[in-house]
Amino acid sequence: MDKYIEMVRIRFLMMLAYRTNYYSGILIYSINIGAYFFLWSAIYGDKGNIQGLSVLQMSTYVAVAWMARAFYFNNIDREIALEIKEGKVAVELLRPYHYLGMKTMQAFGEGVFRLLFFSMPGMIFIAFVFPLEFPGNAATWIFFALSLVFSFIINTQINLLTGIMTFFLFNNDGLIRAKRVVVDLFSGLLLPISFYPGWAQGVMQYFPFQAISYVPNMIFTEAYKGNELLQALLYQGIWAILLLIPIQLLWMLAKKQMVIQGG
Amino acid sequence: MYYVSMFIQYAGQYMKTRLQYRADVLVEIFSDFLFQAVNLIFILVVFGHTQSLSGWNQNEIIFIYGFFLIPFAIFGAFFNIWDFNERYIVKGEMDRILTRPIHSLFQVTLERMELESLFGAVTGFAVMMYAGSQLGLPFYWHDPLVFTLFTVGGVLVYAGIFIMIASISFYSDSRTSIMPMMYNIGNYGRYPVDIYNKAIRFVLTWILPFAFVGMYPAAYFLRKEEWYTYAFLTPIVGVAFFLIAVFVWNQGVKQYRGAGN
Repeated sequence: MDKYIEMVRIRFLMMLAYRTNYYSGILIYSINIGAYFFLWSAIYGDKGNIQGLSVLQMSTYVAVAWMARAFYFNNIDREIALEIKEGKVAVELLRPYHYLGMKTMQAFGEGVFRLLFFSMPGMIFIAFVFPLEFPGNAATWIFFALSLVFSFIINTQINLLTGIMTFFLFNNDGLIRAKRVVVDLFSGLLLPISFYPGWAQGVMQYFPFQAISYVPNMIFTEAYKGNELLQALLYQGIWAILLLIPIQLLWMLAKKQMVIQGG
Repeated sequence: MYYVSMFIQYAGQYMKTRLQYRADVLVEIFSDFLFQAVNLIFILVVFGHTQSLSGWNQNEIIFIYGFFLIPFAIFGAFFNIWDFNERYIVKGEMDRILTRPIHSLFQVTLERMELESLFGAVTGFAVMMYAGSQLGLPFYWHDPLVFTLFTVGGVLVYAGIFIMIASISFYSDSRTSIMPMMYNIGNYGRYPVDIYNKAIRFVLTWILPFAFVGMYPAAYFLRKEEWYTYAFLTPIVGVAFFLIAVFVWNQGVKQYRGAGN
């Protein structure tokens, strides 16, 4: 266990060394949030609320969605793809840890760094510029934090799956790009899931994507309460466990595939 | 003439290398297509809940998006220099470029061509045609001409902005993430500028004139006469920004000292 925690620490320190990049990152995210803020204000026009969300809740939703993304977002799919292409993965497999577990820990170190140096200052900055509504209830914050941990797990699992696919596709830049687009759309980052037509919502229920962004955002804006909130967390938990199955299966297949390539 | 034959030779080489990895090219075209679809879905879902966006209806917004895709695709195919800093400055590739007898900027853009992006122009055209027919827009004999002019203007605006940002690398070799930021700001230009506040409108018109890639020129074809002045400025702004960018680039090259050893 110690070595995994060490991984988190090392990645955190590595990110700290390159932190200047993150100041421009905060600006990028703020600009994005700003664009959506004006767009949504125009969409709302003089309507009080759409699908149960007020304008104020909507701008909070957008701000939290992007700032939470900074925490769960990582590039481990790209890193895995690169290590496979360069053959470094062979050495990694000889080392005394589980390769995927180690990658997850690196992603976590990166996530914690971004949360502290990116999301939090970014959120404070945004709160000065745009009207936002922060939950006053301590329980909401705790549930939000819990939900965010699940977001990280599920997004990382999807990244691991995309990364492992490199073993079979050799070059998967296209797949990584396609995955990013799908996650942005179906996770609820760009649009709350409740805005989609009923049939689309029905289809999306059978995919893990809305566990990444929609669920924590709805908790933060206090649109989910009581039973609905618990169900949403359960939904996240179930997907976090279910996704372990394809990862394990593909990983076992991939290791066999590796031997053939290396032979 | 020499530059034309150079271009044809590079394009030929490019086709050969890409055809080696056909599956990857297909996946890339598909992911581009998916990206365009996402933006379209966004517009469609939004208009499921509202009738108009500051007086612009759904088909008008879709039309602007369709128009935007065309110059954007052409820009993506020929000016794919978003990783210029990393590839040419940090890795020292610029030294190789400078030893050759064609203009350095032309050569860099040739090397970074990504012709499959042009498929985006086809989708853009289809989207525009669809929205246009829904709106029953009038069509005049000079429209194709104006369209070509505006498209070239839009491409030059995009190219100008990104060349200027790439030129920063000549002065400071530290890595920056300005490039992805610009891609995001570029998206602002796809929506009618009257939804933004005055400051953003000014920036999008005169400082980072992305509105000239989508909304202003599209407004001409939508026959919104109040925007005609801006629409006709498109090619002028494009040429002006591109010339400034080439000037900045040339100054940067003079300044450039080479990387590493």
